[in-house]
Amino acid sequence: MSGLRLSAADRAMLVGRRGEAARLAMRIVTDLASAMGAERLLDVASAHVDGCLYQGQASLDFAERLVGDGARVAVPTTLNVGAVDLLHPDLYRGDPERAARGRRLMELYASMGCRPTWTCAPYQLPERPAFGQHVAWAESNAVVFANSVLGARTDRYGDFIDICAAVTGRAPAAGLHLDRNRAGQVLFRMGGISKELLSEDVLYPVLGHLVGAESGTSVPVIEGLPASTTEDQLKALGAAAASSGAVGLFHAVGLTPEAPSTEEAFQGTEPRRVIDVTPSLLARHRDELTTAVGYRIDAVSVGTPHFSIAEFARLTPLLERHPIGGGVDFFVSTNRQVLAEVQARGWLDAYRRAGVKLVVDTCTYVTPILEPAHHVVMTNSGKWAYYAPGHVGVQVVYGSLEECVRSAAEGRVRRDERLWPRS
Amino acid sequence: MTNASGPEADARQGRTLFAGSARGRVVRLDEPLSLWGGMDPATGTVIDRRHPQSGQDLAGRVVLMPSGRGSSSSSSVLAEAVRSGSAPAAFVMLEPDPIVALGAMVAAELYGPRVPVIVVDESVYGGLRSGDEVHVEASESSASIRVIRRAD
Repeated sequence: MSGLRLSAADRAMLVGRRGEAARLAMRIVTDLASAMGAERLLDVASAHVDGCLYQGQASLDFAERLVGDGARVAVPTTLNVGAVDLLHPDLYRGDPERAARGRRLMELYASMGCRPTWTCAPYQLPERPAFGQHVAWAESNAVVFANSVLGARTDRYGDFIDICAAVTGRAPAAGLHLDRNRAGQVLFRMGGISKELLSEDVLYPVLGHLVGAESGTSVPVIEGLPASTTEDQLKALGAAAASSGAVGLFHAVGLTPEAPSTEEAFQGTEPRRVIDVTPSLLARHRDELTTAVGYRIDAVSVGTPHFSIAEFARLTPLLERHPIGGGVDFFVSTNRQVLAEVQARGWLDAYRRAGVKLVVDTCTYVTPILEPAHHVVMTNSGKWAYYAPGHVGVQVVYGSLEECVRSAAEGRVRRDERLWPRS
Repeated sequence: MTNASGPEADARQGRTLFAGSARGRVVRLDEPLSLWGGMDPATGTVIDRRHPQSGQDLAGRVVLMPSGRGSSSSSSVLAEAVRSGSAPAAFVMLEPDPIVALGAMVAAELYGPRVPVIVVDESVYGGLRSGDEVHVEASESSASIRVIRRAD
């Protein structure tokens, strides 16, 4: 444990003065801190935990051990999606034994004092981390949103360490917690992209897919996005970039809080690489998000990351204009809090009448919800398009929310090619 | 140390991410592998079809992997592989990866066996070939990898 200096409270935990569970959690936090070369630990204001999604017996064994040892979270902690939609359990189409294990894991995490939020979009909840605040968040899209859009500070946490940080309230002072690791490294310049495309939601997952693929683990800086760019567009960009690459932080000049100017985004350093984002480069990355050939469509899945209330506000009139036709199932993944708001606004009946399947607590690409007949699925999510073919074995078509609705209405893929010139 | 002569000539030095000792034959991965979706924890086989070493058995092997890749759920997959007795014997990397190290830490806490994870520089990494039989010794303060028998 060479360069790591611990506080008196850290050492007390490490020798078990706050109980067995805190001792185990602190041992893992300090082991990780040493592996990362951290010199100290820091306090975190909140945690977001994704270990509650069942990955195998080891997931359960670890949670059972913590709960058996009396673990309680020390900071406000939200929970990511689980394996089962607890409000609509009939949506689960897989092995009932596995579902029972997934549900047990969710119960164990809730019993440690975590809030049963079951969402990959904890930034949609009322209490958000403040600018500059250190947090310990897991789930790649939540990490990139917290760092980039909110200016909070979290490293790319994941299984096991997330709950250990929540139980101890501490995290290694390393990675994206530190100023020097938040400087931009790769510059993306939007060049010759039409104003129309820059204003459309459909651009942002494609841009994120490109940025992630080109950045890997580097910090990208994007220059030339319009001032009208919405939070949901940045959400979609970050989620896609954290899928095709390991992006935990991006800066959008003039939009995100650590990038009032390009120079500030780079903290005065020079970009290692400069990439000109041209219409043809975008068109190529848009093509990569579609694996299906032809016009067939069996289902639509939107809401990855979880659908926000603003996205529901856009979807509601679209469904009225283009009623979903027979033969195409339409899934929307969201969280309970947003669902309650949809209900409060009186929209729920319209969704029920339209035959939309609302999924909460989980997501259609991490657990078996799609039917065997769903071979080709359309989505407006870069993240879903990236992962679903490997995870749930479907072919995917990428399009805007409106294109998804129109395609579902007409029973065949409808996409606007004019937005994507190739030369 | 890498320039030493005599009996220590084949001991190569590195930095420890997770301590332990292991012996086994080297498998060099030409690209980073996301264990989640990339390795079957029940068998230790590479199941990512796009990976150059697809189909390779990693159970009991000293896995050389340049860097980590992909989902943080890879920690769970490594812990699960240790539980099922199909985990690699050790990981030797060029860039530190907290996700692999974390999986090894939790597996040791839960199930006992330690899968050492070490980082070495290019000169050490480049000198190891698939099939070499090696001994990895990693303590909190130092790490070494020693070739016991070269691949034929």
